[in-house]
Amino acid sequence: MDQASAGFPGDQAGENAGPVTAGSEDAAGSEDAAGTPGQSSGDAAGPPGQSSGDAAGPPGQSLRGAARAPGGVSGPAPVLVLSHAAKSFGAVQALLDGSIELHPGEVHALVGENGAGKSTLVKILAGVYQPDAGALLVDGQEVTLHSPAMALAAGIAVIYQEPALFPDLTVAENMFIGRQPLRAGRRIDRRAMRAEAAAIFARLGVQLDPARIARGLSIADQQVVEIGKAISLEARVIVMDEPTAALSAAEVDRLFDVVRALSTSGTAILFISHRLEEVFALCQRVTVMRDGRQVLTQRLDGLTAGDLVRAMVGRELAERPAEAHGTPGESLLSVQRLTREGVFIDISLTVRAGEIVALAGLVGSGRSEVARAIFGIDRYDAGSVTVRGQELRRGSPVGAMAAGVGFVPEDRRQQGLVMDMSVQQNIALASLQRLRHAGLIRAAAERALASDWVDRLKIKYGRLKDPVSTLSGGNQQKVVLAKWLGRKPAVLIVDEPTRGIDVATKAEVHHLLLQLARDGVGILMISSELPEVLRVSDRILVMREGRLMAEFAQADASEEEILSAATGQAPPSDAPSPGAPPARPSEAPARRAGD
Amino acid sequence: MSTTLVSRSERPPAAAGPSARRLTERAFRIRESGIIVVLAVFVAVTASVQPRFLNITNIQFILINTTVFALLALGETMVVISRNYDLSVGSVLGLSAYLSANLFGQHHGIPIVAVFLAGLGIGLACGLLNGIMVSAGRVPSLVVTLATLYIFRGVDILIVGGKEVVASSLPSAFLDIPKATVFGIPDLAIAIAVVIGIGAYYLRSFRSGRELYAIGSNPDAARLAGIPTGRRVFMAFMVSGAIAGVAGVLWAAQYGTVDSTAGTGYELQVISAVVVGGVAIFGGSGSAVGAALGALLLNTISSALYVLGISPFWDQAIWGFLLIVAISVDRFISVRLTAALRVRGARHE
Repeated sequence: MDQASAGFPGDQAGENAGPVTAGSEDAAGSEDAAGTPGQSSGDAAGPPGQSSGDAAGPPGQSLRGAARAPGGVSGPAPVLVLSHAAKSFGAVQALLDGSIELHPGEVHALVGENGAGKSTLVKILAGVYQPDAGALLVDGQEVTLHSPAMALAAGIAVIYQEPALFPDLTVAENMFIGRQPLRAGRRIDRRAMRAEAAAIFARLGVQLDPARIARGLSIADQQVVEIGKAISLEARVIVMDEPTAALSAAEVDRLFDVVRALSTSGTAILFISHRLEEVFALCQRVTVMRDGRQVLTQRLDGLTAGDLVRAMVGRELAERPAEAHGTPGESLLSVQRLTREGVFIDISLTVRAGEIVALAGLVGSGRSEVARAIFGIDRYDAGSVTVRGQELRRGSPVGAMAAGVGFVPEDRRQQGLVMDMSVQQNIALASLQRLRHAGLIRAAAERALASDWVDRLKIKYGRLKDPVSTLSGGNQQKVVLAKWLGRKPAVLIVDEPTRGIDVATKAEVHHLLLQLARDGVGILMISSELPEVLRVSDRILVMREGRLMAEFAQADASEEEILSAATGQAPPSDAPSPGAPPARPSEAPARRAGD
Repeated sequence: MSTTLVSRSERPPAAAGPSARRLTERAFRIRESGIIVVLAVFVAVTASVQPRFLNITNIQFILINTTVFALLALGETMVVISRNYDLSVGSVLGLSAYLSANLFGQHHGIPIVAVFLAGLGIGLACGLLNGIMVSAGRVPSLVVTLATLYIFRGVDILIVGGKEVVASSLPSAFLDIPKATVFGIPDLAIAIAVVIGIGAYYLRSFRSGRELYAIGSNPDAARLAGIPTGRRVFMAFMVSGAIAGVAGVLWAAQYGTVDSTAGTGYELQVISAVVVGGVAIFGGSGSAVGAALGALLLNTISSALYVLGISPFWDQAIWGFLLIVAISVDRFISVRLTAALRVRGARHE
């Protein structure tokens, strides 16, 4: 939608909130800013969207010499500048205009909604992706990173949310693999290696035995090992991609100490997090991305969480659906206090006939896991799932299907389709019971079923016998839907139903879901796209960190409120905060729908 | 913030660490000493029933029989550690045994060293083929070496046909190689022990050796860390092939008679020895010494059954049983170790 219409990098004319770069603290720095004074940004420190936002200036120019490194450890020159990077995968433009500038010793936050292009930007810095356009400068020198090894050599290290260590090797070896200190005869000097590792851990103030094997380390410790590796490589830029997502509160505190120790010693850190309170606690500057573009770079001093959320959402609110929703009928799916230890806690929800309930939240908040547990793919520790008054057996997809539940999984290529099988076979796959005659599948019945559904869903295909892998993504998704619709489900669970499909097909899928609801099907939809959530659903449940945090009726919901509940930040407006800990939706202070 | 840092770093680093390390090391010691214990029990039981088992000739016989397997196990260990498999070692051994031993008949007076070099060359050629297909062709090693298992054996049969090399065509100096002893221990066993020691030291103490473990432990991470995974795996197959080639020459010296069936089925026996010896079947851990001990254990069992007059048909059943025991023990240790390390890891918060 927005992305598809958004043109190419550098084409920012007419954007109401173009890239704004500001080093507000030290406006005097603009005197040595190369280029035109009009691009100096000292006066652009106001809230995003309100500034005049001279979009033409590359951030590298407007910031040069402006923001001094916090703590004054190092000189003012940025250690890393990425300007106007773009990257597309086939027809999908993942990154349109990614720009970022890191100074020695600063902790720089990168925030944005799911799909804003943060991950793509990180992978460009990591040398995993090569940008289609744009420039990367390290210490003022333009570099091209063809591999992760080259990124490391250039001094850029990336700490992923879940590091990939060598579980059988020791902690020290994980840090020094391929670069172990040597003694006479090119033999590895284990003692020196362990001493170096211990020295690094001491510097970071963490306790970790360099001689133990990596297997069994907590995720927090694994990250420390990766950080230690980055230090031993003398990385001057450390990128942390949502490092806190899987950490406990104590572990987050320890990580923050480590990050502060790093920044004191002059390392630039790019810190990515969905938790805005962490951003404010740790970082000095922030870059906000939206729809593949950098939309804001500013010191955090004058900003509020509301400013950031507004900048993240930014876009024109999607128009409300023209299609009327039916009146919800009897309860079809009832989930009571569903809990899976460490994944989700105390989830209660109901889906009534003719109703579309959206499960919103950030990636990793436990939405898909709840869906998988309801359908019986994953186990759960406590609670119950009832469909039309009949309690489902735990861990039995067959039982869920028999009770009338359909499940369209998130990853259609891996979980939704058998890619090498034909369109026809895929559609028939969930209905084989019905097509069977004396133990054999009747080809004629299979074809009849398939051709009925491809017509009804307007699936574009060559022949019904063609492998489903030859279809476009949108049509593949329709095949998955057809597979379940062929069973006439009472309840349909759809996980990210429109991910990676084009605008037109997306609208068709939305239309289809609404039509199903009118026909009396209860639909539970998981989606990361807030416009989609607002457009399609009757009620919106918001999850954060495995808990239900808020519930909105469609008429009352806004992107800001949903995002606030999902990130745990107070909403920018004067709306009541739905982010308070009590998790039961019945107790949540949000407005209720329907009743 | 700097105050917290100082106060933290003042504490001795890794206070809870050494216990975790000791635990790890103990587990590995247990794993290798476990084989020795089983070996000792087997020897003791057999000897108590049949004292003849412990006479010097029988011990020499066991050691000599083990040499070829222990040598093959060294090459296989390097391959398995990198999460690959070499199923072609038996066929390479057979091919090398015939072609090298046949040289004595074709070129009278050829130096024994030249024959060993020929065996080495044949092995390297076979290893090259395996290595190229696995590393450059990116074909799973299980498939590649299953194919070359048949191909090398097929070439062997084509060349040998119904013929065989007989002991009378071999120089006595060659046939005496396995018979030489110092203080009753076969020279060959000592030499092989030294070679295995060197191999184990290489795997332990050199970067390229450690990188084989890294590749087997997490292939994707190894690639991301800039380890030349293709080159390392290629080298492992070259070494495995070369060792199988040399082992073929030793096999010819040991048995004297070589036909086209030499070494048939050795690949699975070697992999059994490696696994019983504690090398993880999915790579990443294990030692060459353990693998050699595994080979010794399996050969001792064969011999014990023979001495006890038990049908050799039991041989394979017992090998299979040991394999299951070994894998179960590994699994048990690994689960317990992971749990224990996790507890200790959590404690130093």
